[in-house]
Amino acid sequence: MKVSYPPMGTSHIAFKYLINNLGFEAVDPPKPNTQTLNLGSKYSPEFACMPFKLLTGSYLQVLEQGTELIITSGGIGPCRAGLYGVLHQKILKDMGYDVDFIIFEPPLWNLFDFIKKLRHVMHYNKTSWRQLIKVASVAWDKLKAIDEIEIKSYEVRPYEFHRGDTTRVYEDGLVLIDKAQTHEEIEEALRDTLRRYDNIDRDLSRRPLKVGIVGEIYVILEPFMNMEIQRILGEMGVYAHRTLYLTAWTRDNLLKGKGELDTKKAAEPYLNQMVGGHGQVTVGETVLYAKKGFDGVVHVGPFGCLPEIVAESVLTRISQDFDLPIINFTMDEQTGLAGIETRLEAFVDLMEQKRMVREGKSGAWLFGY
Amino acid sequence: MKIGFLSTLTYFSYFPFWKEFLEDLGAQVITSPYTSREILDMGTKEAVSDACIPIKVAHGHVLALKNQADFIFLPRMISVEKWSTFCPKFLGLPDMIKATFKNIPPLIEVPINLKEGKGEVRKSLEKIGSLMGKGRASVFRAYIKARKSQKKFENLLQQGVLVPNALEMVTGKRMEHPLPPEPQKPMLTFAVLGYPYQVFDEYISVGVVRSLLKRGVKVISGEKFSMKELLPYAKKLPKKLFWHYSDQMLWAAYKCIEDQKIDGIIHVTSFGCGPDAMVDKFMELECKKSKKPYLSLTIDEQTGEAGVGTRLEAFIDMLILRREKNEGLLSSDGNIAHSV
Repeated sequence: MKVSYPPMGTSHIAFKYLINNLGFEAVDPPKPNTQTLNLGSKYSPEFACMPFKLLTGSYLQVLEQGTELIITSGGIGPCRAGLYGVLHQKILKDMGYDVDFIIFEPPLWNLFDFIKKLRHVMHYNKTSWRQLIKVASVAWDKLKAIDEIEIKSYEVRPYEFHRGDTTRVYEDGLVLIDKAQTHEEIEEALRDTLRRYDNIDRDLSRRPLKVGIVGEIYVILEPFMNMEIQRILGEMGVYAHRTLYLTAWTRDNLLKGKGELDTKKAAEPYLNQMVGGHGQVTVGETVLYAKKGFDGVVHVGPFGCLPEIVAESVLTRISQDFDLPIINFTMDEQTGLAGIETRLEAFVDLMEQKRMVREGKSGAWLFGY
Repeated sequence: MKIGFLSTLTYFSYFPFWKEFLEDLGAQVITSPYTSREILDMGTKEAVSDACIPIKVAHGHVLALKNQADFIFLPRMISVEKWSTFCPKFLGLPDMIKATFKNIPPLIEVPINLKEGKGEVRKSLEKIGSLMGKGRASVFRAYIKARKSQKKFENLLQQGVLVPNALEMVTGKRMEHPLPPEPQKPMLTFAVLGYPYQVFDEYISVGVVRSLLKRGVKVISGEKFSMKELLPYAKKLPKKLFWHYSDQMLWAAYKCIEDQKIDGIIHVTSFGCGPDAMVDKFMELECKKSKKPYLSLTIDEQTGEAGVGTRLEAFIDMLILRREKNEGLLSSDGNIAHSV
């Protein structure tokens, strides 16, 4: 049976493994591109958020390859993402596709429903619980390894001598992890990649600016959506940090349940209410970055994202209170790379001047300043 | 003490309650003027650019009340049912307003969260009371009165009275331009669905209801149905929507689709409304499946009355032609050019 799932950054490596090893045939969604988005926009509501449109497009692409079942996630709102599955199903049915959906809701919200759906999936190939746990633990290891090499790449990139070295190592690392089939092989791939990072030529005399990245999770995790802002910043010699990774999020929200307590507390003076999605986290993290002495914050979100709009309007006040430069990128179908690069360059210059002034050097960089 | 009330958003649903409650506690309630170009422009200038029209308008209303009220009444509407909340922008509105404006009167922003139980709401009401130096007993008395007033309002709505008329009957607040009377012998009956702050804010909706009434169409609004009537329709989808108003409208749409006396459904939505992006598609697909005529009107800052009027007229004409055709008055090939 051909099974597919929504694309989200590098996570497909783990999902592919999981599904193939549960006895299905995984249809790996093509890497999202403009064509995916155009296709999706055509059949999605006009004011749906970008991730919705991208997923519509991606589903249509995998359906062409004969997918019979799509496994995706739900949510408990009030962010719209929790309804994606229901509406996608309706839209695809209206277009005449006959495809099954299994929508997993957060287990902490409804454990019974979660287990029921899990058993449903296991039923197809008579998977045993033992086998499921074994495969899932390898997939989880893969996710962790992927996140680790990504985090490391952001630390190394601002120092690299030859632009692109780090990215090359990172991409090779992904291939290695994709190939790995056991805990040991993943471990080895990870070790290998980390060693190669250490061998990259670095200019340690640089003093990278520190920037925090906050915003909506899908845009942050999917390179096509965020135009690889974090990599671009790295290549401009900026250390870009973020706390939002798939494994971190899963741990905080699905397993431990409480998660994000610090961030919520930090957000309180500005946004003392859960507004769904990552609205409150965005605000809390921005405050934390300000307190940790970061030079600036980049806020990204898709056009029309409900929680991020609330966050965006609160961020202006934080920017004033902490004297922290914040730049906002709202991604939609028209967003182009050149515009983002220009704005990022200006933002980096601004932060650099601020630092010079702070350190008592003249900030007179620009003519007439 | 003068308390300013925004005549937008929850004004169209809960004003009778709050007016009675606040006045009984001894406050003077002043409402902002109805939405106008000026209010929208003020709001658009201040609010974040991605926000939807009603939120921008709300920013404008706050400015309109700035120099008139001692307090601005902006309770944080979180939920009025166990299973749903309001749209995230409602939840964050007090924070958005506080972050945007510096020199405005203090906000009364107590949470209204029925999900947490009635005790939480009582605490919130008592907090409002204490602001005015009133004890528990007076708050309780005011609450009973306010609930009565709200009940009266809701009863009127369920009898089919349109929101602005019902508001006028209950609170005595006169409308600048009263709606035309309901047609005696309506040509058609339309369900006009959409959030009350969009449909009945005449500026936001460019007077959709007024133009329909003028053209002799009977209008049924989503508020006509009580939650009790609507709840059975929740089972039509595998999952309830998350938002109070959206649930109400979508279920109302299901009900109207079944009702043979309703000739068509018009969905009024505003540019950038997040929940509506989903609701509208659900309605569209559902109407398509059951062959119910459906018109979706998206309104933004630039929408003009003429444009909306033309679309409404076309929709009305289409439905009349269709009916005549069904009754055999038109040639069977349905060629309009021949018969008109």
